[in-house]
Amino acid sequence: MACAVEMVEALTIVFAVGHTRGWRSAFEGVGAALVALTALVAAFGPALIHVPLTWLRLIVGGVLLIFGMQWLRKAILRSSGLKAKHDEDAIYQETVAELQNSAPGANRDRIAFVMAFKGVFLEGLEVVITVLTLGTSAHRLGLAAVTAAVALIIVAVIGAIVAKQLSSVPENAMKMSVGVLLVTYGTFWVGEGLKVRWPGNDTFLLAFVGIYAVVCWVLVTLIKPKNPSSPVKVDA
Amino acid sequence: MNDPQPLVIRLIKGFGMFWWDFLVGDTPELFVAALVIIGAVSLISESWHANTVAVVALPVLAILALSISVKRASDAAKRK
Repeated sequence: MACAVEMVEALTIVFAVGHTRGWRSAFEGVGAALVALTALVAAFGPALIHVPLTWLRLIVGGVLLIFGMQWLRKAILRSSGLKAKHDEDAIYQETVAELQNSAPGANRDRIAFVMAFKGVFLEGLEVVITVLTLGTSAHRLGLAAVTAAVALIIVAVIGAIVAKQLSSVPENAMKMSVGVLLVTYGTFWVGEGLKVRWPGNDTFLLAFVGIYAVVCWVLVTLIKPKNPSSPVKVDA
Repeated sequence: MNDPQPLVIRLIKGFGMFWWDFLVGDTPELFVAALVIIGAVSLISESWHANTVAVVALPVLAILALSISVKRASDAAKRK
């Protein structure tokens, strides 16, 4: 159960990144994280129990908090009409310039890659440590590993079903949801990294989702221009 | 395209530029706010051992930072 909760958290981040930035880089991030985790387990084995998880949570949480707030800011400005929802010309010019400056085959979305990598690596490490801790203390390491693998398969199957449903959600609504999730996980992990004890542990994530969603709605309502016929535009 | 800089220097510069764009970008106020939030909550949680205050302060400070950044962008847009 503990492993499944961690896997769902990783899956949420991968979905969010894949849907909004592209699946290829997100899956590359997942693959790289799994390779790194496998290498870590192969190299250190049970010694991984001593990894300073609080520091890891603080760093990953801090990055997610910053990136999530940046993302939410843009989504709020777009929803209020202060920023173009999809500036195709600017995106086209930016993409052309980026492709001209990049080496062949280097067109990976680095942000998607890093976000997926961090999410999967941190949660994966927590799964590994949970399996090692519970498995070695009960002298059932094999059983713990098999149970974690079953949890992974179940979560992946459920994820694949949910992913199909998500494809019909409008783009900006999806970006707003991703921003809410990133800030939620960022806040939660920063707190855990600073040894804050959240009421209800992981279930407190749901409260954060609700709080941040309401805040976004309030901010969009507050800054929406009263006269929509006179458009204003934000540069950043 | 002959770049005079060695590969290692270019890699380090590219790595640094990526993280700068990723974390600071065009919203340095959010980067600074995150550092302030971490510092403040660290003080509350680890030095004062006030868990309830930390539970409230962390999301409230994040919401405050986001609101200020959105307000600044909104005001700048409306002035144009």
